[in-house]
Amino acid sequence: MQPQTDLITLIIDGFEITVPKGTLVIRAAEQLGIQIPRFCDHPLLSPVGACRQCLVDIEINGRAFPKPQASCTIPVENGMVVKTQLTSEVAHKAQEGVMEFLLVNHPLDCPVCDKGGECPLQNQAMTNGRGESRFEGKKRTFEKPLHISSQVLLDRERCILCARCTRFSKEIAGDPFIDMGERGALQQVAIYEKDPFDSYFSGNTVQICPVGALTGAAYRFRSRPFDLVSTPSVCEHCASGCSLRTDVRRNKTLRRLAGNDPEVNEEWNCDKGRWAFQYTMAKDRITTPLIRENGVLREASWPEAIAAATKGLQGKKAGVLVGGRTTVEDAYAYAKFARVALGTNDVDFRSRPHSDEEREFLAAFVAGSKVRYSDIDVADHVVLVGFEPEEESPIVFLRIRKQVSKRGLAVTAISSWNTRGFKKLGAKYVGVVPGSEANAISALTLTNQSVIVVGERLSESTGALSAVAEIASKSGAKIAWVPRRAGERGALEAGAIGNLLPGARPVADAAARVDVAAAWSVDSLPATIGLDSKAILAAAAKGEIQALVVGGVDPFDMHDPDFAGLDSAFLLSLEMRPSAITERADVVLPVASVVEKSGSFMSWEGRTRTFEQALPESVYQSDLYLLSLIADSLGAPLGFNTVRGAAREFGTLANWDGARTTFSRKSTSASATTTVLASWRQLLDNGSLQINEPNLSGTARKAVARINAKFAQSLGVADGDLVTVSTDHGALSLNVEISDVVDNVVWLPRNAVASQSLRMLGALNGAEVKVRKGL
Amino acid sequence: MANTPQTFDANFLSRLDAIIARYPRSRSAIMPMLHLVQAREGYVTAEGIEVIAEKLDLTTAEVHAVASFYTQYRRTPAGEYHVGVCTNTLCAIMGGDEIFAGLKDHLGIENNERTADGKVSLEHIECNAACDYAPVVMVNWEFFDNQTVESAKTLVDDLRAGKKPAPTRGPDSVPTFKEASEVLAGFNDGRANEGVQAGEPTLLGLKIAKGERK
Amino acid sequence: MSKLTPVLSAHWDERDSHTLAGYQRHGGYNAMKKALAMDPDAVIQMVKDSGLRGRGGAGFPTGNKWGFIPQGDNKDHYLVVNADESEPGTCKDTPLLMANPHVLVEGVIISSYAIRAKHAFIYIRGEVTHVTRRMLQAIEDAYKAGFLGKNILGKGFDLELTLHIGAGAYICGEETALLDSLEGFRGQPRLRPPFPAIAGLYARPTVVNNVESIASVPAIIDKGAEWFASLGTEKSKGFTLFSLSGHVNNPGQFEAPLGITLRELLELAGGVRTGHRLKFWTPGGSSTPIFTDAHLDTPLDYESVSAAGSMLGTKALQIFDETTCVLRAVLRWTEFYKHESCGKCTPCREGTWWLVQILRDLENGKGSEADLAKLLDICDNLLGRSFCALGDGAASPIMSSIMYFRDEYIAHLTNGGCPFDPVASTLFASSKAGA
Repeated sequence: MQPQTDLITLIIDGFEITVPKGTLVIRAAEQLGIQIPRFCDHPLLSPVGACRQCLVDIEINGRAFPKPQASCTIPVENGMVVKTQLTSEVAHKAQEGVMEFLLVNHPLDCPVCDKGGECPLQNQAMTNGRGESRFEGKKRTFEKPLHISSQVLLDRERCILCARCTRFSKEIAGDPFIDMGERGALQQVAIYEKDPFDSYFSGNTVQICPVGALTGAAYRFRSRPFDLVSTPSVCEHCASGCSLRTDVRRNKTLRRLAGNDPEVNEEWNCDKGRWAFQYTMAKDRITTPLIRENGVLREASWPEAIAAATKGLQGKKAGVLVGGRTTVEDAYAYAKFARVALGTNDVDFRSRPHSDEEREFLAAFVAGSKVRYSDIDVADHVVLVGFEPEEESPIVFLRIRKQVSKRGLAVTAISSWNTRGFKKLGAKYVGVVPGSEANAISALTLTNQSVIVVGERLSESTGALSAVAEIASKSGAKIAWVPRRAGERGALEAGAIGNLLPGARPVADAAARVDVAAAWSVDSLPATIGLDSKAILAAAAKGEIQALVVGGVDPFDMHDPDFAGLDSAFLLSLEMRPSAITERADVVLPVASVVEKSGSFMSWEGRTRTFEQALPESVYQSDLYLLSLIADSLGAPLGFNTVRGAAREFGTLANWDGARTTFSRKSTSASATTTVLASWRQLLDNGSLQINEPNLSGTARKAVARINAKFAQSLGVADGDLVTVSTDHGALSLNVEISDVVDNVVWLPRNAVASQSLRMLGALNGAEVKVRKGL
Repeated sequence: MANTPQTFDANFLSRLDAIIARYPRSRSAIMPMLHLVQAREGYVTAEGIEVIAEKLDLTTAEVHAVASFYTQYRRTPAGEYHVGVCTNTLCAIMGGDEIFAGLKDHLGIENNERTADGKVSLEHIECNAACDYAPVVMVNWEFFDNQTVESAKTLVDDLRAGKKPAPTRGPDSVPTFKEASEVLAGFNDGRANEGVQAGEPTLLGLKIAKGERK
Repeated sequence: MSKLTPVLSAHWDERDSHTLAGYQRHGGYNAMKKALAMDPDAVIQMVKDSGLRGRGGAGFPTGNKWGFIPQGDNKDHYLVVNADESEPGTCKDTPLLMANPHVLVEGVIISSYAIRAKHAFIYIRGEVTHVTRRMLQAIEDAYKAGFLGKNILGKGFDLELTLHIGAGAYICGEETALLDSLEGFRGQPRLRPPFPAIAGLYARPTVVNNVESIASVPAIIDKGAEWFASLGTEKSKGFTLFSLSGHVNNPGQFEAPLGITLRELLELAGGVRTGHRLKFWTPGGSSTPIFTDAHLDTPLDYESVSAAGSMLGTKALQIFDETTCVLRAVLRWTEFYKHESCGKCTPCREGTWWLVQILRDLENGKGSEADLAKLLDICDNLLGRSFCALGDGAASPIMSSIMYFRDEYIAHLTNGGCPFDPVASTLFASSKAGA
């Protein structure tokens, strides 16, 4: 229920308007279409009143303020009469005066400034400024741009000191690595010289800078805004669901900006979402179909490749592995292809560590659920488990932090390392040895206003998801499952998993199967619950499965994958760039990246995020189109070959009102007395979508091994010393950073260049490892 | 974040803690902590910024932001005796400009520079709340009142010669920059009772009222 | 019989006036004992009745300020004393604290008791080492005497007093900048509302008062509100410190009732420097529009000075004789404002940067008469447009000096530079003349 809002009526430039109490004058004016010029004002930052550009004349009940007031700091009041530059000579002159002041020290380098053409200073100087400056003196000069991180440059001469960037960094991101330095006209945005602006959210400061003072290294001097074609898009990097804008020039993506979606990312995004897109232009993109002949891949024509794929699949028992980054429509196509063309439920989107407990949990509690960002906004308590929001879903982090700052939202973090991200949320840290999360979860006291945010890696802790399910059903708390990848929730809903058909229909439910079979115009659907990713590979290794369709999967993302299965089965790969799959594939079909197709992702909320094709002149095809060709060729048509067609059909299946699957609780089996591993992926790492982004990767966290002081002492190591972590599978060596990690646990990055714990150690969270000093 | 500098001894670190204990919220301690860093180092060093950030759980950028805002926090080492000549309007007109020019010439240094022997640094300063004693020269923020070009030159010569002249209104001998900075960090050096309680201009009205002066 | 009324300064001529013993010899801390026996609200009422107005410049009634603190709100309250005396020309709090720090400590105890503060702070500027020493010593001695700390005088009143030492920033004299500085931030002014009485230090109800205001409280408690109110004028009650400096024969501090005139004060100070005549002066520091010899008889109270086009400010009377170039004086003040502008808002930051350049050119004889109009227009765009009053202060000397001495500005242009000999206005020149 919305709380009753008091309304205020006032007059602006002769027009009466009624707005909610607390509205700032500048926003009330906006509602009337009256644009008061401004620089420091930003609707998502606290008012500061620094630039003084928005001065207006105000009187209240006939009493005039003696001087013009900053409309960005004054809330409306009943009986208020506001005169902006449109109706007050005083306000007009005040604004012209401020604009002239702003230009006193602003360089006249618009012709070479990246902001030129989309610059609030330039635009407002034209609309609200004097024609000519009367300033004839000396401007302050600074050394031209400083690299305040590998990704962000600061041109202090252009800065008008509105403090948007510093306020954003402190208020929103919680990363005050930039602050004002010096004083007066020499005041400047500054980092501390040894500590760069390595915030995951630094790109937002570039976007909200009202001049060309902050620029991104990747876009600098690359284009003019008026040469760009913009397409609304959606971020493919994680499940946060950010709205983006993709700017393209001559069929090349030049930059991406955060879109404005108040319900999701507001106006923010993370640096990965903003600055990792070179992968679509990688030199090693697979551009033509490939067929293996005499052990070697050779280029092939499309008809030849489709025929080879058809031949390889025909009459075989097959499994389908779907990566976590497919669009909803592509995932739907894989899900339908498995059932209709291959006659199997052996399909799984989880190309990462996973468990049966997780699959049951997803089917019972996640598929079809509607927990939203807005539930965080009203939560009495947010619990984070198996999930580090800043690293694994940055906009979820910002949303929680907003509520922490705004109203002191209680946050509990059940984790093995008390990260900086948790500290920025003021989280109550419950330190647990990986594997024993279930006990900590069961010990919580929650209400039906609480939200338990669960990360995908909690599947590695047996019994933990069961404990989440139990406490949620007992307390009524909401479950928010936040996978890392953008495609997982959509793939779950699309039925790209062995126990569910599209729309959360249980495979085991005959009525559900009939329902889907009818929609698909087929006689029946396979009734056996499918194998999961790992089991599909194992079955292939044993010859029980003879063909594999693999879309966008890197086997090294899985735990101890059975490569023998990949080697022995017929392997059809749909892929953008060469991988360990390509090395073994029999037929390779190149597919479109997100900028080369349209489609939608489903965010962790289950919210559909539709995007358009940003590059119109693409040669690439979507996965679903290629699958439809093969399905046709196999004589089992999918019934669609376009994104719209797939979306329309999936739409008809989206709402299952039948019974959900039941969930059987697993008990925890944690008994760690030895040294165990804790490990997860950090936002910026060795991820395949982050290649060719040297500026971005320069801001990544340093790969270190984290142990607590007690453990360090027992090993005889100090901060910065080298340690080696090993298992029977392998070893890796990193420098130690003494951290707030629980006893007997070593934390490692899961996918840093120097620390790929899955691949190099073959170890999941909670696995026993050995740690020794030195190499 | 830069790692905690290892350069500070336990005594220094415990004094930082003592400063924090003065305040309901730790961040308030940042200014006296910066003064204490100057008391140890002669200026605000990188290590000083880093140790404060560490102690107060701030970013180094936040500490730098504060350190660079206030003019008393120095980026380069002060002389053992930091000489400030008031050149705000009243003192300037009463002779402060001539004194400042005279000292620059005499010492062979410019504003904010230090003599080669490290003894004296020179700065023109703003109004130091002693206008009735104009023109005023401060040494380590102790008052040397009613100066002339000649008296100021003698003053700096004495300072360089290691004599410790007495301020007009201050302790019996001028402290070093580091000693004074310690007082400004809030540590009492026990010299409060030295020197006069007030100078003549301060007492003028009182003495007239009491009929002791006209 | 002079008009002088030494109260604060009454015992400054005793060698140990700054010590606890020296202060107690003349009844020091008796007012505290009296106040602690009163109801806190009665103390507030007494200060209201006295008519004491803030001595830091703005002249806001002190008792009213205390009355704004919400009581019974279960929040910590704070008293913060503004001892950041930095306004050019102002030199009253510094000698007061050097000669008698205990009167401030006693005032702090009484005031904190009245507003129910358990922790008080004195924010003293960092450029006065010896005053800092005396303040530290006085606070230490007051703790030892049981006047600070837990259960003061057995009355169940607890008070901690912390001396916070600044580090060189004029803007920290602005009360909200002072609070930010005290909280460990850059000393930049805050948005108001909320006002400090509602959300001040650490966002708690806070009173910020000038040194002299708080130091005046013990005498009011001791001698009564009526006694205090009987001094001064109808709306500007009580005594205060007037500081005369510059081209007078005997500069110094004069404690007198509000409403005294410069003519009377000059007489006490032995007149304008012998052989010279008054040219211009500031009534209350450099931020107050200048006056000339036409204002010798303006009563120095809040209302009269304001009616004459300036402000009483800090009662810092800087006297300049006819040897002084007004443009030089104004330029130097403008350079000060440029140096001290905190940088937060555009008009002050950029305006002072610009004004200095124009004034420098004019001083060197460069420019034209049109530049005066430009100067005035820039000042018009600065005055009342900046975030805090620092910008107003920067505009005031320029606007008032052009009003009174326009011809002198023009003379710089016709003369191709400054027509004045700077040596003629120095102290050495006058001592030579006197010799």
